[in-house]
Amino acid sequence: MSFEWPWQYNFPPFFTLQPNVDTRQKQLAAWCSLALAYCRHHKLYTLDVMESQESPVFNNKKIERKLSTEAIQVVFEELRKKGNLDWLDKNKSRCLVMWRRPEEWGKLIYQWVSKVGMINSVFTLYELSNGDDTEGEEFHGLEEWILLRSFKGVKFF
Amino acid sequence: MDRFAWTNGLLEMNETLVIQQRGVKLYDGDDKAKLDVGVVLLTTHRLIWRDHKNHECCIALSLSQIIYFEEQAAGIGKSAKIVIHLYPVTANKEPGPYQQSKFPYIKLSFKEHGQIEFFRRLTEEMTQKRWETPVPQTISTATGSQTGKTRAVGIVGIERKIEQKRKETEQNISEAFEDLSQLMVKAKEMVELSRSIANKIKDKHGDITEDETIRFKSYLLSMGIANPVTRETHGSGTNYHMQLAKQLGDMLLAPLELLSPEDLVNACKMFESMQLPLRLRVFDSGVMVVQLQSHSEEEMIASALDNVTDKGSLTSEEFAKLLGLSVLLSKERLLLAEKMGHLCRDDSVEGLRFYPNLF
Repeated sequence: MSFEWPWQYNFPPFFTLQPNVDTRQKQLAAWCSLALAYCRHHKLYTLDVMESQESPVFNNKKIERKLSTEAIQVVFEELRKKGNLDWLDKNKSRCLVMWRRPEEWGKLIYQWVSKVGMINSVFTLYELSNGDDTEGEEFHGLEEWILLRSFKGVKFF
Repeated sequence: MDRFAWTNGLLEMNETLVIQQRGVKLYDGDDKAKLDVGVVLLTTHRLIWRDHKNHECCIALSLSQIIYFEEQAAGIGKSAKIVIHLYPVTANKEPGPYQQSKFPYIKLSFKEHGQIEFFRRLTEEMTQKRWETPVPQTISTATGSQTGKTRAVGIVGIERKIEQKRKETEQNISEAFEDLSQLMVKAKEMVELSRSIANKIKDKHGDITEDETIRFKSYLLSMGIANPVTRETHGSGTNYHMQLAKQLGDMLLAPLELLSPEDLVNACKMFESMQLPLRLRVFDSGVMVVQLQSHSEEEMIASALDNVTDKGSLTSEEFAKLLGLSVLLSKERLLLAEKMGHLCRDDSVEGLRFYPNLF
């Protein structure tokens, strides 16, 4: 299934950081949704800032508009504030994108665990993410680092 | 160190403090001075040093005594210093902490840093030599005035300041008026032209030349007047020219002098009280325009939004053309509509374009 772009993607002003505060808030919210949806669709967990500039998300060749580096940083900061992004380095050149926050994953896993009546059992991380039992679950195929993070705050034992 | 004299530390009439720095130790040449650490003050006239604990222990030397000065970088265990070379002592020097010294220079040791800024300011003061401004005549006071002390007295000092200010103002005004005199030359040309055309029409002497018409229009454009009198709206030749000449004539022929911007603004401020259907409007940017009273803000914004929506998007130039306004005015309207959240912007290499705010 190909990715469906939101209407804002083809609206030129979407690629200019809006000076009007209220307008900007709505614009950033739309950007955050788009970035997360795109990452979820392509199962991307990390983003490199430099590469992102040329990625179709921030660069719409059809209408010849792209988001400036400054604006991309603003979008990333917004994602970070919401808990969907973590910087991997001090220079803010690479980041982890969590299109589902760790707590949300934790809840999902917990719900599945209790559904299959496995509370008080022991699971390995591998079993959770790659086991046959979990195939079909959203967290199947989830990378280990997210699993680890999702355990924070969720009592499993 | 024998150049220093005791002082009460009070500033003279025209003397101002430039910078001060604490944590400074004085050196007589290369030897540490027999004084504690203190505060060094640079004024427009003097270099003053004051003991950090005992404020009565205060000494000063005049900046005019400085030949030159240089920086001495900090070292291991050594603070940065400024070395100041001084002229020999003058005969009538006031008493100071040192009767004599074998060194022609002193050092300021900056134990708490600050030497860079101090050096910079000292350089400034030594360049400007503000202490050399002529001192007003002293009126001898009743008690204890000594010869050689330059205490500038109240009234004369104030008078001098007023004179200085007047000279500055005069200079500013004459500079400002240079531009106006250019404008007056141009205005004279326009008045001549409109007179000649008005006469031609009156005497029915032949046609107004193409050239004159073009000159007319270019004058109007350069004044930023939207030109509502067009051939299209007023039909053919003569009538059009009559209207044009009349409009220009009304504007220029009476009054014949130029109006100062200040007078114009003040006159505009009286619109409301004089019950004229005009208003002076000030934008956030400071731009002032005269507009019809009926132009309420909402109307302007609504119309801007309509126009933009109608065309999909607009630049300031396109909007200006559409409404027959100056680019400056049309941009202000678009920005206002954006501020109110009705429009949003698209800023790209193609330029600045405004869209309806669909967000």
